Amino acid sequence: MTEVGRPRKRKEDARLLTGRTQWTDNLRQPGMLHVAFLRSPMAHARITRVDVSGARGLPGVVAAFGGQDLAGEQGSLPCAWPVTEDVIIPDHPPMAVSEVRYVGEAVACVVATDRYLAADALEAIEVDYEPLPAVIDLAEALAEGSPKVHEEGNKAYSMKITTGDIDAAFQDAPVVIDRTYVQQRLIGAAMEPRAVVATTDGDSFTLWSSTQIPHVLRVMLALTTGIPEHKLRVIAPDVGGGFGTKLQVTAEEVLCLLLTRRLGKPIKWNESRSEGNLTVHQGRGQIQHIRLAAEADGRIRGLQVDLLADMGAYLVLLTPGIPLLGATMFNAIYKMDAYEFGCTGVFTTKMPTDAYRGAGRPEATFGIERIMDELAAELNVDPLEVRRRNWIKHEEFPYTTISGLTYDSGNYEAATEKALSLFGYDKLRAEQSDRRDRGDPVQLGIGVSTFTEMCGLAPSKLLGAARFAAGGWEHGSVRMLPTGKVEVITGTSPHGQGHVTAWSQIVADALGVPFEDVAVVHGDTAISHKGLDTYGSRSLVVGGVAVLQACEKVREKARRLAAHALECSPEDLDFAEGAFTVRGTDSRRTIQELAFAAFTAHDLPDGVEPSLDSDATFDPDNYSFPHGTHLCAAEVDTETGLVKIRSYVAVDDIGKVVNPMIVEGQVHGGIAQGIAQALFEEAVYDAEGNLLTSTLADYLVPSAADLPDFTTDRTETPATSNPLGAKGVGEAGTIASTPAVVNAIVDALRPYGVQDITMPCTPERIWRAVEGARP
Amino acid sequence: MPRVTVTVDGITYQEEVEPRLLLVHLLRERLGKTGTPVGCDTSNCGACTVMLDGKSVKSCSVLAVQADGSDVVTIEGLGANGSMHPMQRAFHEEHALQCGYCTPGMVMAAIDLLRDTPEPSEEAIRQGLEGNLCRCTGYCNIVRAVRRGAQEMGQAVKSS
Amino acid sequence: MIPAQFGYTRPGSLAEACQELAADEEAKVLAGGQSLLPLLRMRLAYPTKLVDVGRLPELAGVHDRGDHVFIGAMATHDEVLRSGVVNADCPLVALATATVADPAVRHRGTFGGSLAHADPAGDVPAVVLALDGVLVARSADGERDIPAAEFFVDYLESSLRQGEILVGVKIPKLGAGWGFHYEKFQRTAQAWAIVGVAAAVRRSNGAIQESRIALTNMAPTPVRAHATETALAGMDLGGEVRQACAEAAADTSPPGDLHAQPDYRRHLARVLTHRAVRKAAGSV
Repeated sequence: MTEVGRPRKRKEDARLLTGRTQWTDNLRQPGMLHVAFLRSPMAHARITRVDVSGARGLPGVVAAFGGQDLAGEQGSLPCAWPVTEDVIIPDHPPMAVSEVRYVGEAVACVVATDRYLAADALEAIEVDYEPLPAVIDLAEALAEGSPKVHEEGNKAYSMKITTGDIDAAFQDAPVVIDRTYVQQRLIGAAMEPRAVVATTDGDSFTLWSSTQIPHVLRVMLALTTGIPEHKLRVIAPDVGGGFGTKLQVTAEEVLCLLLTRRLGKPIKWNESRSEGNLTVHQGRGQIQHIRLAAEADGRIRGLQVDLLADMGAYLVLLTPGIPLLGATMFNAIYKMDAYEFGCTGVFTTKMPTDAYRGAGRPEATFGIERIMDELAAELNVDPLEVRRRNWIKHEEFPYTTISGLTYDSGNYEAATEKALSLFGYDKLRAEQSDRRDRGDPVQLGIGVSTFTEMCGLAPSKLLGAARFAAGGWEHGSVRMLPTGKVEVITGTSPHGQGHVTAWSQIVADALGVPFEDVAVVHGDTAISHKGLDTYGSRSLVVGGVAVLQACEKVREKARRLAAHALECSPEDLDFAEGAFTVRGTDSRRTIQELAFAAFTAHDLPDGVEPSLDSDATFDPDNYSFPHGTHLCAAEVDTETGLVKIRSYVAVDDIGKVVNPMIVEGQVHGGIAQGIAQALFEEAVYDAEGNLLTSTLADYLVPSAADLPDFTTDRTETPATSNPLGAKGVGEAGTIASTPAVVNAIVDALRPYGVQDITMPCTPERIWRAVEGARP
Repeated sequence: MPRVTVTVDGITYQEEVEPRLLLVHLLRERLGKTGTPVGCDTSNCGACTVMLDGKSVKSCSVLAVQADGSDVVTIEGLGANGSMHPMQRAFHEEHALQCGYCTPGMVMAAIDLLRDTPEPSEEAIRQGLEGNLCRCTGYCNIVRAVRRGAQEMGQAVKSS
Repeated sequence: MIPAQFGYTRPGSLAEACQELAADEEAKVLAGGQSLLPLLRMRLAYPTKLVDVGRLPELAGVHDRGDHVFIGAMATHDEVLRSGVVNADCPLVALATATVADPAVRHRGTFGGSLAHADPAGDVPAVVLALDGVLVARSADGERDIPAAEFFVDYLESSLRQGEILVGVKIPKLGAGWGFHYEKFQRTAQAWAIVGVAAAVRRSNGAIQESRIALTNMAPTPVRAHATETALAGMDLGGEVRQACAEAAADTSPPGDLHAQPDYRRHLARVLTHRAVRKAAGSV
């Protein structure tokens, strides 16, 4: 029985379940000091005075600094994605020196012997501000005469891509749908707040951080701080969720390194939740103007997308590129003759935006899946039927889309059929019709989302062409230890995904060793010396493949050792269940025996080095394109506006599956986050740029009581772009579910003339929409 | 400074504490009980949930001085003789954790829920866990785990 | 977030606690701490001293006092929920208390603390107001009774005086024929009520004879829906009930905030009062 495909229980769990964890906030170092940051209460202001002297004499206080004190050495926080030649990347000091541009920006800090004392001393720092106008609204920010966030202006960049004859597509089109959708800003709210510990021995530095990207971070911190890369070790210990929010090079990481360099002591920072809501980069933040031209039968002629994307106050690691991850995805699973994508990145005096689960693709999927429903309503056709008339048929794969991507595989018909039968579509439609006829104050809506997405970041060549500063490969290293156990080092950096378990399954099959005999090490640049970390649903389809390829190299070396030991030709050996057997005989060597022989090296064939290990770096030649059909039934109380999700069915096609249990968990969590965007969550800024949702009492992360059970299933159309046949799954649920839920709500309210509800679809917004539509 | 006596996972400690010291910081910073994490500052997330005199509390919203004379059980003190509590096992079996940060509090809240409702419905489980946030699992498997944990705990009671 | 420094005392008697409070204007009473600790952690309050009354025996327990139930100020929400006499004789208290926060918070949070905190978004104040509860306060000068209608003065402000401690609340038993419901409308299970409606309804011969209705989060204090109570008196459970309940938003001044604007709150108050009254009437 193969390991791959089995619902193996996770190796990660026992420690986590018994509290034997290594969160960064758990770390203690001898002589460790605590830093606390004073943060700007103003969205936009000139700093006219920072006086930290009041803090300096207080109990336990070791040092206090304002931005000016660090100005000479703090550098500028990096943006690794200069998306166009003329993109404006403003200087971004980790601690503000002369101007603040969002509420929460660090303006001073205290280093003390204890975190309580550090918090106390912050109150003794005096900062004078000269207020400048806040810039909140995207359209107003671009208007002539708008106050400027940066001297260079409020437009970070703009770009447009057109394929096909877009004018012809819209000219005389029988149907044109024109809509504007808002993607609200979201706070990722990983359960573990950020934390950093930095130490130095005077020469080299170690930084522990709650990060998704220890490898990327090391490079970027070296470039930012001037600490030579080989003198800097970055460790991501246990990391409590990320969802893209820990894919960042943060001010606090840089400042902790600077402080340890300056003070010679270990420095620790841990974030409070309310601090995190203000200062962890946020997700989404787009205004989407979408036009769709179609034939009278619903076939799409052309699609035109024009985005205003909220950059926030600065461009952080990937800020300007996030909306562009959707540039090739608005066309989704549909065929069309012409497509135009335009995007303008806009500076505002708010926390910068960057990756959040899905990063650019949820926005695109929402736009297209919402407007497909509008097309269906316009034509009075079932929303699934209008999709069928447009989607790529399974026999048409591989298919090159209008936006230029080549989808390697897919079967939208199969996933949809399965979802329909699990959902009981016809019965729910009948109930909907019945409720409409009765004028039931509680209406039923059915939402459809036939999504695909582009993940498994990414082919390095394509990233280069998109002006991304790094590649998209991943590294894996596999070594057989003398006793026959296996140690795997991966460049991916899991924070809940279960890589240790899944990689063990891959290795167990590839080397024929027991699952239990495999250890997987990650997240420490001194041990995992090369890697590009975990984001963009890339870990399995890039990193897992690297591990598989390293195993194959190990196996081939073992084959040479076995041939030598058994005195036969390597081609005469069969490999099965962890042993090489001379074909037609019972002469065999287990891989463990060969590992020991490679360790003693007493009798190796000429030219073969001791030890049985290898590594591999995999650079994919295409993205991965998971897809699926999600269906949502929602009850909408038209008297109060309250939405209750009655049932939710998700059929995902992520190709071959290594561990179906883990996959299901990823889908569940993804759906929950997508529903949260649809119904509950929004980072709300007022006109002065104050964040009104700075705590979890106001930023409504749903609990178990707020979500339904999900019915999940899969179809399996293997990816052809990697040897595992797998597609990424980390973001699929989030990408698919948001439009499914909003489509369900709008569907419920169609008889009232409602065409859209702005997310989150709060009871109040729904009530107002219904009231507004009442005669 | 006030002196408090607390028993944590079976060991009695006497500590001098500032009045403002939060119970969770007493556990984590003074007693080394880092199994109990902190996830928010408004008592919404429940990551820091422990048992205080047999009832679940959010240890970020209790002062150490308020716990004087009390018995605290954290996630680290749940198992016996090196084996996991049935609820911990059930979380493992049902894949009810991913990153694991909410897990200590979630397990504590789940055990507390079963004090009153040994055989909870899905609805009762969801309501009972309303004070504990998880960002990874979407809660489906947590609900399944609590049901499984309840069954195993029920059987443990019956067979004992 | 870390609270600022404060002093702490745990007096051994109620009298001593009153003295401590009278002596220091900036001292604050610490009950279960479930509202106070988040405020302290966010540094929204800087008391000089906390006077911990959590263990005072005079403030403990839930007691059957014949014509009323006496809920000690330090009875936790959890104790209230488990109390036989509460469930039997003032079930509306239990219905609302069950919706307060979450189980762990209910284990620490106290009934008296919720009342003294006087948050109009809290669930307990409206119920005590609806049931014409009487709050008992003690100071060095002695004890006094404060009718609920006079207790809630403004947003987070009660009529407790300097040096006064809430001892408990008397909830009159309503006797037979009454039905109850607490209708809470919130965006998520943990969120504060956008609007809540506490309703007690006495029915006989198919008609509503009498009702007591109070609203959560419709003004700086909990408010009684007197107009609706008057309109409902003697009414059959027919279509006019909805119209009577539409009076519920009269005399309210609901807040506008992140989660709802005043006009929506008024609308909800009407709809939810209707639902609460119907359910209360149906539960007889």
